[in-house]
Amino acid sequence: MKERLLIKNETKLVIPSHVRFGYNETRKEWVMNAPERTLYPDKIAVEVLKKCDGKASIKMIGEELAKIYKAPVEKIVEDIIPMLQELADKGFLKEC
Amino acid sequence: MLKKLQAPLAILAELSHRCPLSCGYCSNPVQLVQKNKELETDNWLRVIDEAAEMGIYQIHFSGGEPTARKDLEYMVEHANKRRMYTNLITSAVLLTRERLKKLKELGLGHVQVSFQDTEAENADHIGNFKGGHEKKLEVAKWVRELGMALTINAVMHRQNLHNAKDMIQMAVDLDADRLEFANVQFYGWALKNRAAFMPTKKQALESKTLVEEARKKLKGILVIDYVLPDYYAKKPKSCMGGWARQFLNIDPEGYVLPCHAAQTIKSFKFDNVKDKSLAWIWKNSESFNKFRGTDWMPHLCKTCDRREIDWGGCRCQALALTGDVGAVDPTCEFSPYHEKIFGSASEESHEEAPEFIYRLVSNKEEEPIKK
Repeated sequence: MKERLLIKNETKLVIPSHVRFGYNETRKEWVMNAPERTLYPDKIAVEVLKKCDGKASIKMIGEELAKIYKAPVEKIVEDIIPMLQELADKGFLKEC
Repeated sequence: MLKKLQAPLAILAELSHRCPLSCGYCSNPVQLVQKNKELETDNWLRVIDEAAEMGIYQIHFSGGEPTARKDLEYMVEHANKRRMYTNLITSAVLLTRERLKKLKELGLGHVQVSFQDTEAENADHIGNFKGGHEKKLEVAKWVRELGMALTINAVMHRQNLHNAKDMIQMAVDLDADRLEFANVQFYGWALKNRAAFMPTKKQALESKTLVEEARKKLKGILVIDYVLPDYYAKKPKSCMGGWARQFLNIDPEGYVLPCHAAQTIKSFKFDNVKDKSLAWIWKNSESFNKFRGTDWMPHLCKTCDRREIDWGGCRCQALALTGDVGAVDPTCEFSPYHEKIFGSASEESHEEAPEFIYRLVSNKEEEPIKK
């Protein structure tokens, strides 16, 4: 039986092939489509999701965002992990 | 009316009413569309174009059995090219691994396989298809091997609720992403067989608790969507997320419906994609506008705090059970019909279950068994 993915600083995440993430020109919005689910990530979530390429760890993503938003890495990581955990629990993200 | 009309999120494309199974709880209309009347490939491809242009995100290929159409590949490919999220809702028994692989290559994202039970013999009896259960298990494994998302679609009722726990475990064992634990809904053909499928209240409540516990235990492993057993609820479900708010349904002949059971409402004129564009129909069709928003609601609903939560529940059910399509959904505890209708259903569930009538074309004139 598979186990629940618990996201930590070193976890590298990727959007599974059966989840579609992108910008919809008609509706002018970012959207994630998955089985029977449509999700609308907010601005920060979009930035984070764009960086979930299977190569960057959560800490690395935090470091990049820290530069952009001029905030401490720890604080950013603390903020994004629960959001990513929720997405992973729903099957919108997986570990690479 | 809604303040601003948004495009729907998803389309249920009923490609064909043909189906190798003949489940007694089939929710398709009593009168099925014949093969020679099915919408042709070109029309479906045009509909997909129109849907993508409207900004519709998802297309669910359903039926009947969508794989009964040999041109399913064209539709999946086209929807994928138009960046729509594709989902196949199937009984799986007609699929080969090669065809599934081809569909995956053409962009199919998600496969939803129906299961009638966890015990092969009873499952095959319910679906009236020998060897069906075993084939479904095989197809479910292929779906995961090929890297697509898998949903187990389990219709639950009096004749299989004793295996509810095993159904959840089966979904885990098959490495499914999602389980749709759907208590049977009594629309279309299903209403004929209500007494044969109606669970007791005890059964329904026990399975609800079971699902709630499993959801906690299986967090991050299996997503479980639970469809309420209407007859034991006190509040109506938000049917289709509200009439003409998020979904539209296209029947095999091309008629565009607010939900798949809407044709039971005989007073409506439904529009067809052969005559009008999808966008026009969504905005202007009488059948969509009639119950859109909250203006149409009876006083009881209009003054209820839940009016924009359940959007007045299910219109088809209101019609089927009260004779008035605009009535309060009798699932609601405040409906004057609530106690009488659900009391008699509960009584039915305690009596010996009658044999159900299979969904066979030759059975179309059969009288309902229910009292």
